[in-house]
Amino acid sequence: MASPILRIENVSKRYGKKDVLKGASLTVHKGDLKILIGPSGAGKSTLLQCINFLVKPDEGRIWLEDQEVHYAHKRNLYAYRQKVGMIFQDFNLFDHLNALENVRIGMVKVKGMAKAEAGERAVMELERVGLKDHMQKYPAQLSGGQKQRVSIARALAMDPKVMLLDEPTSALDPELIGEVHAVIRDLGNNGMTMIMATHQIGFASSLASEIIFMEDGQILERGTPEKIFFQAENARTKEFCSKITELYGETR
Amino acid sequence: MEEWLYIQTEVYPALLKGFWVSLQLIVPSAFCGLVIGIMVGVLRVYGSRAVMAVADTYVALFRGIPLVVQLFIWYFGLPYIKIYLSPFVAAVLGFSLCSGAYHSEYVRGALLSIKRGQMLAAQSLGFNKVRMIFSIILPQAIRRALPGCGNEIIYLIKYSSLAYMITCIELTGQGKILASNSFKYTEIFLIIGACYLVMTSVASVILGHLEDRLLLPGFEHHRI
Ligand SMILES: Nc1ncnc2c1ncn2[C@@H]1O[C@H](COP(=O)(O)OP(=O)(O)OP(=O)(O)O)[C@@H](O)[C@H]1O
Ligand SMILES: [Mg+2]
Repeated sequence: MASPILRIENVSKRYGKKDVLKGASLTVHKGDLKILIGPSGAGKSTLLQCINFLVKPDEGRIWLEDQEVHYAHKRNLYAYRQKVGMIFQDFNLFDHLNALENVRIGMVKVKGMAKAEAGERAVMELERVGLKDHMQKYPAQLSGGQKQRVSIARALAMDPKVMLLDEPTSALDPELIGEVHAVIRDLGNNGMTMIMATHQIGFASSLASEIIFMEDGQILERGTPEKIFFQAENARTKEFCSKITELYGETR
Repeated sequence: MEEWLYIQTEVYPALLKGFWVSLQLIVPSAFCGLVIGIMVGVLRVYGSRAVMAVADTYVALFRGIPLVVQLFIWYFGLPYIKIYLSPFVAAVLGFSLCSGAYHSEYVRGALLSIKRGQMLAAQSLGFNKVRMIFSIILPQAIRRALPGCGNEIIYLIKYSSLAYMITCIELTGQGKILASNSFKYTEIFLIIGACYLVMTSVASVILGHLEDRLLLPGFEHHRI
């Protein structure tokens, strides 16, 4: 088997006396879509943020394409983050920039690309997420679904090897979830490697290569969607899956 | 018509001279104060602990001591350590430092109001701290700080009238000299008051235009 694109070993994080993450390990191959599920407070966001060091793990090691990431080495860290796209629950667009500028700014300020060239690429990425007609709009003028799609375009423009998505649709009205799911599905079909935390299990099971169930800072069980949703071994996994199916049902 | 002659031959040229001195005090002080305020504001939010402590102390001192006393220290105090400033330089220095302390308060508040999520987003794109502050945070913070900073500039126009206390004879200083020679206090200070009113009004109009030009969707001040 080809070597993994991303490898996470024994990542731990504590806040004060509380162990929020207790040694999580994960191996991700090119084209994988790993879905993190688990109750609120399980540590899904913390794990995702540890992966690109927005939260500094207390322990653990991370390799991207067989290169270990030394986050204390700033240059190494900034170079690594360019290759790991992050999508947030509440979009986090830059409020003073319009959609086009939001997508362009990383290429210009971080990668040092020329403005014109970066602008062309930004237009391309915005077209890809279906926002060709909204490029001049500011975040305050966009709907939630549109904002999230801009943020996906912004991450894609950096040519990431891996995308981390932290509940990308849970701040959206139900009728806007579909448009964001369509974009993510499209990414998956084009071979993007992704790790996504979500409660939308219908969507997740139709797309995931592996479902990872987390609780209390630990990975309790992992496997194919069929295994986790229908033949879970762990009682907690079963309980959580039946609860969440009731809540979110079978989604598109 | 002897009054009119007096105004034409004595008051007008003297006040005009003072007015120019006032402008020469205000413009560089406003500019330097704003630059100092932005730098200090940034350091107070993003500096190391030691830098923050120094910046906080600066603000506490320069907001806490009356401006006249500060001016006296720059002009009469510094010579004790063999530093001699002209009245004009001492006044600009005093105004800039005092104004910078106030600006930094507005800038600091505006910086703290920028949502943390945008910083996480910038970091996740690979921004380093300095680039993130200059490309993402400051452009937003300055828009939010502008009304407060504008107010401080209006104040500066008025407290520039303290410069005459350290013998930098600007508009108020000229007025004082004229008035004590002619005893026409009321007339002369009415004229001077009007001059300041014109300056502050012009400044408000300019600041208002600036605010409108920098306005972006989502940054409006909601007027009720
Ligand atoms: N900065 C912090 N300081 C202290 N505790 C924190 C901090 N961030 C997270 N925690 C705690 O860590 C635990 C895990 O949080 P995390 O946000 O990773 O959970 P989650 O699985 O993403 O939950 P949700 O589904 O609600 O998003 C929670 O108990 C939370 O209170
Ligand atoms: Mg979370």
